[in-house]
Order: sequence, then C-alpha cells, then structure tokens
Amino acid sequence: MPIDDSSKPEPVLKPVLRESASFPRQVLAEIHRAAAEGVYAIRGFGAKRRVPNFDDLVLLGASVSRYPLEGYRERCATEVVIGTRFAKKPITLKIPITIAGMSFGALGSHAKEALGRAATQLGTSTTTGDGGMTEEERLASKTLVYQVLPSRYGLNPDDLRRADAIEVVVGQGAKPGGGGMLLGQKITERVAGMRDLPVGIDQRSASRHPDWTGPDDLTIKIQELREVTDWEKPIYVKVGATRVAYDVALAVKAGADAVVVDGMQGGTAATQDVFIEHVGIPTLAAVRLAADALVELDQHRKVQLIVSGGIRSGADVAKALALGADAVSIGVAALVALGCNREAYVEDYQKLGTMPGFCHHCHTGRCPVGITTQLPELEARLDPELGARHVRNYISTLVLELQTLARACGKSHVLNLEPEDLAALTIEAAAMARVPLAGTNWIPGVSGG
Amino acid sequence: MQIDLDQVSIRELNQRLHGLSPETNWREVRIVNPKGRHALAVGLTLPIEVTVEGHVGYYCAGMNKEAAVTIAGHAGPGVAENIMSGVVRVEGNASQYAAASGRGGLVVIEGDASARCGISMKGVDIVVGGSVGHLSAFMAQRGHLVVCGDAGADLGDSLYEARLYVQGRVESLGADCIEKEQTAAHQEGLAALLERARIKADPRAFRRYGSARRLYHFHTDHAHAY
Ligand code: SF4
Repeated sequence: MPIDDSSKPEPVLKPVLRESASFPRQVLAEIHRAAAEGVYAIRGFGAKRRVPNFDDLVLLGASVSRYPLEGYRERCATEVVIGTRFAKKPITLKIPITIAGMSFGALGSHAKEALGRAATQLGTSTTTGDGGMTEEERLASKTLVYQVLPSRYGLNPDDLRRADAIEVVVGQGAKPGGGGMLLGQKITERVAGMRDLPVGIDQRSASRHPDWTGPDDLTIKIQELREVTDWEKPIYVKVGATRVAYDVALAVKAGADAVVVDGMQGGTAATQDVFIEHVGIPTLAAVRLAADALVELDQHRKVQLIVSGGIRSGADVAKALALGADAVSIGVAALVALGCNREAYVEDYQKLGTMPGFCHHCHTGRCPVGITTQLPELEARLDPELGARHVRNYISTLVLELQTLARACGKSHVLNLEPEDLAALTIEAAAMARVPLAGTNWIPGVSGG
Repeated sequence: MQIDLDQVSIRELNQRLHGLSPETNWREVRIVNPKGRHALAVGLTLPIEVTVEGHVGYYCAGMNKEAAVTIAGHAGPGVAENIMSGVVRVEGNASQYAAASGRGGLVVIEGDASARCGISMKGVDIVVGGSVGHLSAFMAQRGHLVVCGDAGADLGDSLYEARLYVQGRVESLGADCIEKEQTAAHQEGLAALLERARIKADPRAFRRYGSARRLYHFHTDHAHAY
C-alpha cells in the first residue's frame, strides 16, 4: 500500500551559503585585520597565490625525431662554471642548483650552518644575506657568495676577499623596489652587533644602495669591487623580476659576470604582504626575457643567468635551464627541506595562529621548527648535521630528476636543454615562455599557425 | 714611492698597493695625474700614507683600513665609502655620498660635501669644514658627522644612534631627527674630534642633533612621519 506522507511537513532546505567572489573570507579577514591594526601585514615566506609557473610547461621527451639517452647508463653532466667573463677565479659548481641568499638574522645559525654543509657536500654554493658573513657560514661553505646589499650591514673588505663570488643585490623577487623589515623581536645582541643597531629595534633595510643611484654608477661600483678584490671574484648582479630585459641588459653593460633574476614567487624573511603578492612578474616569464636579452647582446652562456623564485622540483630546474638559465637558486624550498612547515610542534604553530602547511611566520622569530629564529630553545630543534643531510637529500633528488628529464630529451649535459624541448599547457604560459601551446605550433604573440 | 697614472693603469696601481707587505719600506706613496679616475687606492689594509695629487673620481679610498689617504684636490662620489679605519682627508670638496656606510676611522673634508654625506654611516667619524647637501646622514646608525658650515634639507632623516653636530644653519631636519642638548661631555668629545681632524672651530658654537627614537618600532601612528 502506498504510504501517504502528505501530512508530513516539507523538509526545510538549508539555504546554500554563497561566498562573494570579490570579498571571499580571506579578503574579509584582511579588511577586518587592517581596520583593527591600521598597518599593512608583514610576513615572511613567498607568494601564496597561484601565478603561471613551470607546471604550465611540459618537456618533450625524445621518440623518433629525437634520440634519448639511456637513463641509468649514459652520462648526463651537470657542472656549470660561473664567472667566465672577467673574473680571474671563476667558480665551478658540480650542479646547476645553488642556495639563495638568506641572512643570518632572518635565519638562525643552525639553519645557516646546515645549508652551508649541504652545499659543500653537493659541490655547490651558498649565499650570505643582509646580515653579512658569519664565521660558521664561511667555515661550513666551501663556495660562498657574499652579498653586497643596499643596507650594507656587516659589509667589510675582509669578507669580500674571503668570498668566492660577490653578488650585488639590487632587488629581490618578493619585493622588487622595496626594502626589508626585520622586526625587533629578532634583533638579538649578536644580530644587532653585526648590523650596528641597538638590540630589539625594528631594523629597516634600505631599498637602494647608499652610494650609487643608476646603471652608470653601478658600472663604477662593480669596478671598485673588482679593484678591492684584485679582479679575482665573479661579480653577480641580482634583480627582482620586473623590467627584466632592460635590467639584464644594464647589468651586462655594467660588467656583471652573472645575473641573478628572482621571480615573484621568491621568498623573504619579512616584507609587506602586498609586495609579495602584487609586485614583480612570475619566474616563468622572467627566465625567457632574461635569456633573450642575453642572446640579443651575444652574451648568452657568457654572462651566466641564475634564476630563482619558487623553484621546487627537478622538473622546474629542467624547464628553467631549457628556457636559457645556466643555474637556478633555491631559498624557500631549501628551508622546507630543513623542516619548514613540517608537521611537528603543532601546538607552537597554533600559538602563532597557524598550522603546518600554512605557516609564514618567519618574521616573528618564533619559527616552530627552529629555522628562522634566534631563540636558543627553538633553534635547538634544528640539528645542523641532520638538517644538512635533509637538504642534501632533497637537492640530490632534484639533480636526479633533472638528469633523468634531460636524458629523456637526449641531452648529455643539462645545459643542452633548449626551448625546443618544451610545450605549454596554457596560452598564458605559451605566451610568457614563448614556446608553442601543446598540440599546436602556435606561440602567442610570435607565430601564427 | 711615486706612481704616475699617466704611466700605469688603475689596476696596476691598486695591485701594487695591495701587494705591499706589512714590513714594506714604502710607507709613503704619492699618486700623480689622477685626472678624475675612479676607484683609486681602494681596499688598502696597511698603515701607509697615500697622497693623491689632484682630483679623483668615484670611490677613492673605498673600504680603507689603516691607511691615511690624502686627496690634494676634489673627490667624486662615494669617497671613502665603507671605510673601516684609518683616515681619509679631502683637501677640496667632495661629491655625493661621501663616507657612505663607513664603519670606523675618520673622514675629513676640508671643503664642502654634496648630498647624502654620511648616508647609512655605521661608526665612522666625518668632519666637514664646509657645508653638506640634502639628506646627509640618512639612516645613519653610529658615529659622528660634524658640519662646520650649513646642512641641507632633511638632515638625519630616519636616524639611528649617530650623533650630528652642525655649526651653521640647518635647512630642515628629516623624519625622527631632533635637536638635542649639548652637554659638557658632548663638547669635549667634539673638541677632540675637531682636533683629530685638524679643523679649527669652537665646539661651543655647534648644535647637536640625534634620533628621537620614535620610529624604532614601526606603528601606523608614525606613518605620517614618512
Ligand atoms: S615553519 Fe619556520 S621557516 Fe617555515 S614559514 Fe614558519 S616560521 Fe618560517
């Protein structure tokens, strides 16, 4: 017998909640925060929103028209020499992956030491940062790049001469045109001493160099650095990716041995969130602009191009090299290998108002895993030896991935990868990287078809 | 030792100076015909006396340690930049960013210095016989800037712990820079500095400026200061 349920009330449908596209919860929360505090958000880490990146490209492995190399048999070389243009002592890296500049101050000494040890074991370089060179870092790193930054904290001629290469930092991918802000809670006695500042005050890093103002001055500045170091050290110029073609051309004209182009996905110890998310162009777009500028000047592979900003995997490295880079540099990914955002000490993440996987609290100095902190009890959580092991394992994995991809493309040296080995999955990536959209011979803005 | 820059290159000059051993007999070096060239006598590390007879371009005596360098002429931008110790004396005028980011030692400019003198200074003492241009001692952290003449606009903007003394008129003070009391101890220190610099002036005639320390911690209520 059919059941008569006509007497039962209609089930009440729950209204479907619909989030505003213009004002989703994250935007609402930011407006509420700004209304309460009246100051922009400052944070560490890199860009959090998705922008066109190397995932939007694929490599074209060999088949009939190309001949692959045997994966576990044939050699695929990885070494790269940097500073071949002018330096008396160019540096040879066993792998085309270097560790980017991160300051003592932003990082604790255990993290710096771990990165130095790992780089030495891998035969690559690590880089100082805003706070100058520490003894631990010099001892731990066989090949150390010394940064000359606008702040000029800790800069001195002895360390210039003890360095293996010098990097004149004009800008950083996370904040082109901007200075830094290391909040007072991270300025311990040692950090303050290295920076000639009182303990505990917010430390503003300048956005421009104190003693030169344009490309003509930069030429003379580079000449001075070379004179101080008797023309031995390769001189890099690092720019945040914005007007890449012009900046690379001017860096070359100024006499750089190598240019470092840092895309917008690059990390930072502390800067305005609005900078991290809204200033600069993606690394993917920057590589091709930089490589083209070097080709136009007939300096490609003569002035080495080092690319950084959000590099995570061997595939990213392979694609960057195929687009014309000589090497890549990693920052955030190296910290992640050290344990950044690792599922541990969860209650400490919670105290910061975050969770593993979401953390960007490097600027607070209370890093739950002991990387970006000066507090001894937190720093003790990072064992430099074990940290070095993890970074070494991670970068070795990148190298293996890079080699296996290069062999599949038929290359006996990773630097033989070329744009012809790539196709794009999106029109945006095809236009930015200037490689054909997969399945077509169409490069937006370049070719028909 | 005399080095004639019409005969040798900048590279040879610096290489010779860097190649001197600590036991060298070449305690005095004269450089002639500089003709505004850049990066002369940079990165010196020995207590030698170097005199440049004429005008120099950018960065003369940059990163100096120990040496006493005298420029018997005018100096281009960035003279004695990042000086660590020793003395650099300019007998004429100096262009922009003289002694920028200097960490120690003494820089004396007998004439005037241009804009941004002592910018980002970190421990150097600078004595200027004449006037300085705008934004001098911008973000200066430590050390002393003594100006016997006038100071241009925005003196000591975003100053940290450096001390500034000006005898003449100050066009304007930069963010967070204020006039401070001149005590007997300050006057004594200033007198000693003037004497060391061999600049004649009455320490009592100077006014002292320093940081109000209001911007040491960033806060939205300070935003108007910039
Ligand atoms: S875990 Fe540490 S290093 Fe990673 S984002 Fe958080 S504070 Fe920064």
